[in-house]
Amino acid sequence: MHELSIAISMIDQIAEESASRGGLDVEAVHLRLGVFAGVDKNALLFAYELACEGTPLQGSRLIIETVPLLVYCPVCRQERTPPSVYQICCPECLAPTPEILTGREMEVASLEVAA
Amino acid sequence: MSTRMVEVRAKVMKQNDLLARALRERFQQQNTCVIGLVSSPGSGKTAFLEKVLAGLARDHGVAALVGDLATENDAARLQRATPNVKQITTGTICHLDASMIERALEGWHLDNVDFLFIENVGNLVCPSSYDLGEELRFVLLSATEGEDKPLKYPTIFNSSDVAIITKMDMADAAEFDLATARRNIESVRPGMKIFEVSSKTGQGMGEVFNFLRAQLARPRTTAPLLEEAAL
Ligand SMILES: Nc1nc2c(ncn2[C@@H]2O[C@H](COP(=O)(O)OP(=O)(O)O)[C@@H](O)[C@H]2O)c(=O)[nH]1
Ligand SMILES: [Mg+2]
Ligand SMILES: [Zn+2]
Repeated sequence: MHELSIAISMIDQIAEESASRGGLDVEAVHLRLGVFAGVDKNALLFAYELACEGTPLQGSRLIIETVPLLVYCPVCRQERTPPSVYQICCPECLAPTPEILTGREMEVASLEVAA
Repeated sequence: MSTRMVEVRAKVMKQNDLLARALRERFQQQNTCVIGLVSSPGSGKTAFLEKVLAGLARDHGVAALVGDLATENDAARLQRATPNVKQITTGTICHLDASMIERALEGWHLDNVDFLFIENVGNLVCPSSYDLGEELRFVLLSATEGEDKPLKYPTIFNSSDVAIITKMDMADAAEFDLATARRNIESVRPGMKIFEVSSKTGQGMGEVFNFLRAQLARPRTTAPLLEEAAL
């Protein structure tokens, strides 16, 4: 369960962003989370609520956008979605591909703040 | 009440990744090849490292950091091969992070260290998100834990550079299907280098030593382990 550590890093990160913008009243946090980021979505939602307690983010909502796995197929020369997270190959020509384009993201995309 | 959206695009792991980058630059300057080891608890990381350290210590400067939730047992085992060993006890934390590595290395001079090994806490999930500044990540999988581990933990296998199948001396007793295991690793991380070893008999260790020594000849890289870690 490292989602609590991740949630704490996230809150620190948001506090920094907020401070650099003169202090924000954050109501919701939009996170982009890749399926290959090594983080469980539900565990993170749970950990976020816990980690927010007693911080300025208490009561804020976490909204997670899942970023799918995309690879580059060197044979088809195209972006492809592999058949699954444990079959990292092209779904059309079945060529294995070590090149992952998206899916590892763990990024606070935006904040919804009181206007 | 109305709200407005503020774009931030901030990487959650930014603090860790910045520290990892600084560590990687330091390792490069000192010309130290740093290798992280991850696996389930009990897959044989410490046993493998004991063999590796003992084998390399004759000709090279070696050091190791070893992470566990509790006890200094693993460090004591590794100290038989080299005095340059430090235990990192993480308490309840299920992974190492870059700040723990930085703290553990305080006061250490890496000038004469060719290889630094970092044994992570036994866990195939949590360590995958944390760049430790290592140059290569080895993932270990023992012949006694089933062929489908790579399929069940694709993230850590995909984020590793080398797979080591350990306890090969027990493969027959465990009816381990080596071909399937290799196919599963290849499926999750195409092109991954795979070694089959036994830390008990020494089987396969020669190839590991050749691979490690070949790393020294390569220029040290400061490229982050994962694409996403780039800031
Ligand atoms: N037969 C055999 N046993 C091994 C081998 N490697 C490790 N072991 C045993 O497996 C257990 C766990 O090994 P350890 O190195 O402590 O695993 P770690 O938790 O990954 O560091 C110990 O009892 C080791 O003696 C091996 O190659 N062959
Ligand atoms: Mg160990
Ligand atoms: Zn293709």
